[in-house]
Amino acid sequence: MIRLWFKSGAPWVWLNAAAVSACLIMVVGVLGLILVRGAGHFWPSQVVQFSYQEKEGEIRTIIGEHVDTSITPAAMAKSTGYAMADNEDTLVQYLIKAGNRDITGTDFRWILERNIKQQEFPDDLMVIERREWGNFYGRLVAVKENGQTIAEGAQAWPVAQARLDQALTVFKQIAYLEKKEVGAINYSLEQLRLEQKSLQLKNRWDATEEQRISAEKAELEAEYKKYQAQLSELYQQIRRDSLVAKTENGSEVEIPLNKVVRIFQPNTMSLFDKIVHYGVKVIEFLTDEPREANTEGGIFPAIFGTIMMVMMMSVIVTPFGVIAAVYLREYAKQGFLTRLIRISVNNLAGVPSIVYGVFGLGFFVYILGGNIDQLFYPEAAPAPVYGTPGLLWASITLALLTLPVVIVSTEEGLARVPRAIREGSLALGATKLETLWLTVLPMASPAMMTGLILAVARAAGEVAPLMLVGVVKLAPTLPLDGNYPFLHLDRKFMHLGFHIYDVGFQSPNVEAARPLVYATSLLLVLVIVGLNLSAILIRNHLREKYRALEG
Amino acid sequence: MATQHARTHSIDVSSILRDQKGSNEPNETCIKVENLNLFYGEKQALHNVSMEMPKKKVTAYIGPSGCGKSTLLRCINRMNDLVDNVTIEGKILLDNENIYDKSVNVAALRRRVGMVFQKPNPFPKSIFENVTYGLRIQGINDKRILEETVENSLRGAALWDEVKDRLNDNALGLSGGQQQRLVIARAIAIEPEVLLLDEPASALDPISTLKIEELINELKDKYTIVIVTHNMQQAARVSDYTAFMFMGELIEIGTTSELFTNPRKKQTEDYITGRYG
Repeated sequence: MIRLWFKSGAPWVWLNAAAVSACLIMVVGVLGLILVRGAGHFWPSQVVQFSYQEKEGEIRTIIGEHVDTSITPAAMAKSTGYAMADNEDTLVQYLIKAGNRDITGTDFRWILERNIKQQEFPDDLMVIERREWGNFYGRLVAVKENGQTIAEGAQAWPVAQARLDQALTVFKQIAYLEKKEVGAINYSLEQLRLEQKSLQLKNRWDATEEQRISAEKAELEAEYKKYQAQLSELYQQIRRDSLVAKTENGSEVEIPLNKVVRIFQPNTMSLFDKIVHYGVKVIEFLTDEPREANTEGGIFPAIFGTIMMVMMMSVIVTPFGVIAAVYLREYAKQGFLTRLIRISVNNLAGVPSIVYGVFGLGFFVYILGGNIDQLFYPEAAPAPVYGTPGLLWASITLALLTLPVVIVSTEEGLARVPRAIREGSLALGATKLETLWLTVLPMASPAMMTGLILAVARAAGEVAPLMLVGVVKLAPTLPLDGNYPFLHLDRKFMHLGFHIYDVGFQSPNVEAARPLVYATSLLLVLVIVGLNLSAILIRNHLREKYRALEG
Repeated sequence: MATQHARTHSIDVSSILRDQKGSNEPNETCIKVENLNLFYGEKQALHNVSMEMPKKKVTAYIGPSGCGKSTLLRCINRMNDLVDNVTIEGKILLDNENIYDKSVNVAALRRRVGMVFQKPNPFPKSIFENVTYGLRIQGINDKRILEETVENSLRGAALWDEVKDRLNDNALGLSGGQQQRLVIARAIAIEPEVLLLDEPASALDPISTLKIEELINELKDKYTIVIVTHNMQQAARVSDYTAFMFMGELIEIGTTSELFTNPRKKQTEDYITGRYG
């Protein structure tokens, strides 16, 4: 009976199906976990007010968000020093995000469920997202202008919101002026300094040059002064207003509005308000720069850096890989040497990526970059320009890392172009080059795209080599901006993969960073999916166009 | 036995051709093969082949599979150069010029000697691009000339009426017979002197085959045609001269009517009467 069943092949089919299901479950599990944890982070949760009995017996108020619950078996709890009653099976603890790090020193704390006497959700509880010190939880008391109270009690809330909107507009202006205008002036001044130094090195520094440069400098400095005046006026405006708020233990603190990102009262928010809040937070996450050691704010520079690096890598790796594959397949005499080369190329794909990082640092950055600096940027010394990790070297290192994939799949594509097509072209009087260029390469282009897709998938997820050749925790400027020559390949950049590592494992505030790790992972997956999807769409289009002859 | 027999009898081709002169307009020789030997590595595929093919006539090669007729055909536009390990001895004269001479530009030669393969091999491009491929390689990009050539070539290949409204469609959407005629149009678009047809109808259905045969009849007014075929009826229908090949040797060449009705060699007779092959 069993033998018959085995012979029928049914168990084999079941085994196959089970393997596929296991794979699917794992993939869905991974995606589900990061989706739930990552996407949930931005939802405004309720703020709870606990009446909590401390060890000494006194009752105090704790205000905060309930973040997590931990249930410990009684025996284990006893061994860690908790007194347990006989009828208690488990010890239940809540993780509360109470904020106010500037006042209490920590913004997360664990409390025991059994000591909670009461919990309520008062409407007037307020959350202030700040630029420093994390969130503030408490109640709004008053709004002040130049130290004078202008609204109190029930009027305070709408006034606070109006004033905050003003302050945010001013803040945006300041950020624009500092980043764009003053940034451009600083950049030009630096260029002038380099020009002066370069002229001095070349012994062409004379009175006319000196006059020209100092004239330009004076012009820039005058402009700078103008902006400085504007800025100090704006700073005065933004420092004018402040909020007075009461913490959980009743003490009052004054929070200047220039430190506030947003204020909201989550317990009064309707579902619609929450959705709007969620959307705003997600957009901030995608488009803003990080704050507070990367644990708050957005990750736009990291997204930008990742995409930029992957694109640069694609631009470098595709021509190289294709040309190498064409030589190997079409021109080189097939023999021992080509076989050896092919085996070496295939094995390159198996070299650990950190090794590429070391190579990139040692060869590209120090040797190539160092020599480029000596030859072309002597005026910048001792500061390196290309002799330091940067976008260019990171892209080239990853291009090297993904080169084997592109070569192998292009070669396969070339091998699949039917001989009949080549002969057809040659018989019309085309040379080998014309045949390659006009028919064979277009027909192999879907395979090249496949190689590129694999390369992008691999490159976008690499972190280890990047840590050596160009990625940093926080890059002050994007590699692409409005200052000539616009694309700054020598700059360091941020990367989503490294960002996950940095936020998750290098951050001083682990609890605050954890949801961001999930959110960033989710985003990294989405970015890779997006890059791959676009490449796949292009490939399918090409496939349709160059559908090879059947049979 | 058969091979020895053939080797000892070199064929006096010119006498056959001279015989023809009386009945037709003067037969000018277009392609002349002289003592051609071809080796794939160690293996000899063509044994001392000599023959002449007259201008603006259809010459058919018949013979069993693997007898070297395609190999011989592919020598005429030097397609065998692409095969690794091939050695060719002897001469092929095209208009009294040895095409295996070192000074010959192979691409230019192939422009003069067009070729159509066994399986239709259109490029995965539009019909228009397929026909203009050879012209574009020569650097001709004038839209008016291209359009004119496309129409003339497609008319010449009896395909114009079927595709004139969809010149920009992908050529792979055509039927097998249409594809083969497109390939012929592509070959005649660059106005070669010679057309080599390597079993052009073997992958096609009877109706498409008929169309190709009719087409060959029309094309021979303008081109010297050499056709390889498995099908003796086809050879009899379309060709003026027929060469019978066996085991890499040319056994007999003559006018088609003579070769089929009155073969001089026993091997030829055995083959055309179906006794072997």
